[in-house]
Amino acid sequence: MPDTTINDEEVAKFSAMAEEWWNPNGKFKPIHKFNPVRLAYIRERAIAHFGLSDTARAPFEGLKILDIGCGGGLLCEPMARLGAQVTGVDPAERNVAIARLHAAQSGLEIDYRSTTAEALAAAGEQFDIVLNMEVVEHVDNVPLYMKSCGDLVKPGGLQFVATLNRTLRAYALAIVGAEHVLRWLPKGTHEWKKFITPEELTALIQRNGMRVTEKTGVVYHPLEDSWKRSRDLGVNYMVLAEKPA
Amino acid sequence: MSSSPAPQRFDVVIVGGGPVGMSLALALTRFMPGLSLALVDRRAFGVPQDQRASAIAAGVRRVFEALGVWGELLPGAEPVRAMRITDSGKGDISRPLFLSFEGDVVPGEPFAHLVPNRAIATALLGALEGKVDFVAPATITGWSGEGGAGLLTLEDGRQLAAPLIVAADGAQSGLRTRAGIGVLGHEYGQAGLVTTIAHSLPHEGIAYEHFRPQGPFASLPLPGNRSSLVWTETLAEAERIRALPAEALGLEIEAAMGSALGRVTPEEGLQAYPLRLQIARSFIGPRLALIGDAAHVVHPIAGQGLNLGLKDVAALAETIVEAMRLGLDHGAPDVLERYQRWRRFDTALMGLVTDGMNRLFSNDVAALRAIRDLGLGMVDRMAPVKSAMIARAAGLSGTGPRLLSGYPL
Repeated sequence: MPDTTINDEEVAKFSAMAEEWWNPNGKFKPIHKFNPVRLAYIRERAIAHFGLSDTARAPFEGLKILDIGCGGGLLCEPMARLGAQVTGVDPAERNVAIARLHAAQSGLEIDYRSTTAEALAAAGEQFDIVLNMEVVEHVDNVPLYMKSCGDLVKPGGLQFVATLNRTLRAYALAIVGAEHVLRWLPKGTHEWKKFITPEELTALIQRNGMRVTEKTGVVYHPLEDSWKRSRDLGVNYMVLAEKPA
Repeated sequence: MSSSPAPQRFDVVIVGGGPVGMSLALALTRFMPGLSLALVDRRAFGVPQDQRASAIAAGVRRVFEALGVWGELLPGAEPVRAMRITDSGKGDISRPLFLSFEGDVVPGEPFAHLVPNRAIATALLGALEGKVDFVAPATITGWSGEGGAGLLTLEDGRQLAAPLIVAADGAQSGLRTRAGIGVLGHEYGQAGLVTTIAHSLPHEGIAYEHFRPQGPFASLPLPGNRSSLVWTETLAEAERIRALPAEALGLEIEAAMGSALGRVTPEEGLQAYPLRLQIARSFIGPRLALIGDAAHVVHPIAGQGLNLGLKDVAALAETIVEAMRLGLDHGAPDVLERYQRWRRFDTALMGLVTDGMNRLFSNDVAALRAIRDLGLGMVDRMAPVKSAMIARAAGLSGTGPRLLSGYPL
C-alpha cells in the first residue's frame, strides 16, 4: 500500500468519497464527460512532440508527468495506464488520500503528494510534461503560480494549460449555466473575475521562457452530450507550450 | 490474508470460444498490441465437427477483412448473388415470385457469402495462436463484478481477474445468469431445422426464401451443387420430419422448396432446435459486457444471428480500444454504456423486424396473405425501399462501428 499512516476509519470514509469521485454518473459527472477530449488532446500532442508510437499499448513509457491539482486522480490514472511515471499533487490532503486509495484499487503506481507547485519548483523537480488543467482559475497569485509551473517543465518538455476565458459568454455558460441552471457544479465553484484570457495566459507563459504553440477551444455539444475541440476560445480553452531544449 | 494464490490478471477475459468470442479476441489483440487476453471455454479449443455454413453479410465480411482472415475464408466461400422471396399457401403448386433482389450491394460485391463454419473456426483459431491465453477446458464456478475488476473463479480454484469480462457464452449464458440479467422474449412454438443438401440442378448463386404458412424456408447456395437449408416447422411436425429416412426427407424437402434445384439428396443428419426471440434486459453489467447469443437470439428468418454477433464485436472492440488509447478504464460503467447504446437499438429493431416478419408470414389467413402479397409486390416496385432493404440485410445501413466499414481501429 502506498500509505500506511491513515487509520481504518479514515480509509472507509475516503473509500466512499473515492467512489463518488470515480462514479461517472455522480457528483463529478461533468469532469468524467470532459475527460476524453482533454485526454485525446494530451495523447496526440505528446506523441507528436516526443516522437512516440501511436499504436503502442503504453506510448508514454519513459515520460515523467506531473498533474497539478490532481483531485481524485481522473487525469493521473489514464497517464499511468499509458505508461508514464506520474506524480499527482493537490493541496487538499483529502483528495490525495482518495486518489491513493483508488490507484491501489486500479493496480496503478502513482506518486501522490499533498503539496503545491511552488514547493515542488523550490525543490528543483522537473518533468517532461506538466498538466495544468482547470487550476489557473482557482489560484490567487496567477503570475507566481504560472512561474512555478514553467520552472517545473524540463528543457524540451511540454506544458498543457486548460482554463476558462473571461468573457460574458463564459460567465453565462460556466457560472449561470453550469452552476445555477444545470447544477453541474456546486454554486461558487467559479469566480468570473479570476478567469483569464488566452492573451493574458500566453504572456505569462512566454515570460517564463516557454513558447505557446497552440490554442484550442473546447465546446460542449448538448445533443451528443460530449465535448469537442473547436476554434472558439470564448469559454473553455487549452493552451500548449514548449520549453526550448 | 487468505492463502489462495493471487488471481491471474488480464486486460480482458472473454468467456466463450465460438466465432463471436474469437473474433472479439482477434480484434482486440490486432488493434491493441500487447493487450493481455484470456479466452475461456468449457470445451478444449479445436475445429468443431460442424458441417453447417453461415451467411456472412457484406458489412460483416468487412469485419473479417479488417481482422485479416477474409483472404483465408474466400476460397471456400460461395457468393449469394441474388435472393428470391416467394409466398405460397398450403398445397399451392406454383411458387409465385413476389420479390427478388438481384445484383450486388456495390458492383462486384455480393451482398452475402455462405462460409463453412469449420473454415471460420480454423481461420480464427490460427490467427489467435500465440496471441491469447487459451483457458480450456474450464468450468466457471464463480463471478464477481465488485471493485476495480471482474473476477472469475474456475473449478480448479484458479482465479482470473480483468477490468472487463465479456460473456460470449451463448443463448444460455451462464455469466448472464450469474450477473442476474434477465431476458425478454418468447418461444415461437416452432422448431428450426437445419441441414445440407446436394441437388441435381445448379443454384446459380441464388438464395431462396419461401414464406409458407408454417414458417419460412430458406436455401442458401454452397460451393458446387449443394445448398444449406434452414426452415421452420411446428414442434410436432419437426419431430415427424426428423424421424424420416433420408430418401423420404429428400422428397419432403423437394415438395417444400419447389422444383428450382431439381432432385434433392440430404447430406447429413437433420438438426432441430426450438426457436425463440430472446433479448437480454441489459447488454452490460458491472465489469461485464454481453455479446452474440448471450445478448440476443433472433428468429433465423433473416439469417442475422452471427451477423448481429459480429456487429457486437465491432462495436465493443472499438469502444474498448478507444478507451484504452486514452488511458481510460475500459471496464468503467460509462465506457460500457457507450457499447450498450450503440448496440441495443439495432438489436431491438432486428428482433422486431424478424419477429414481425415471422408473424406476418407464418399463417394462412387469406386477408393477411393478401396484405403481405400486396406489400411485397409494392416493395418490389419501389427501388429506394428495396435498396434500403438490401442495405439492411447486408448490414451496411446506419452509422456503424469502423470495423463494419472495413476500417482498422
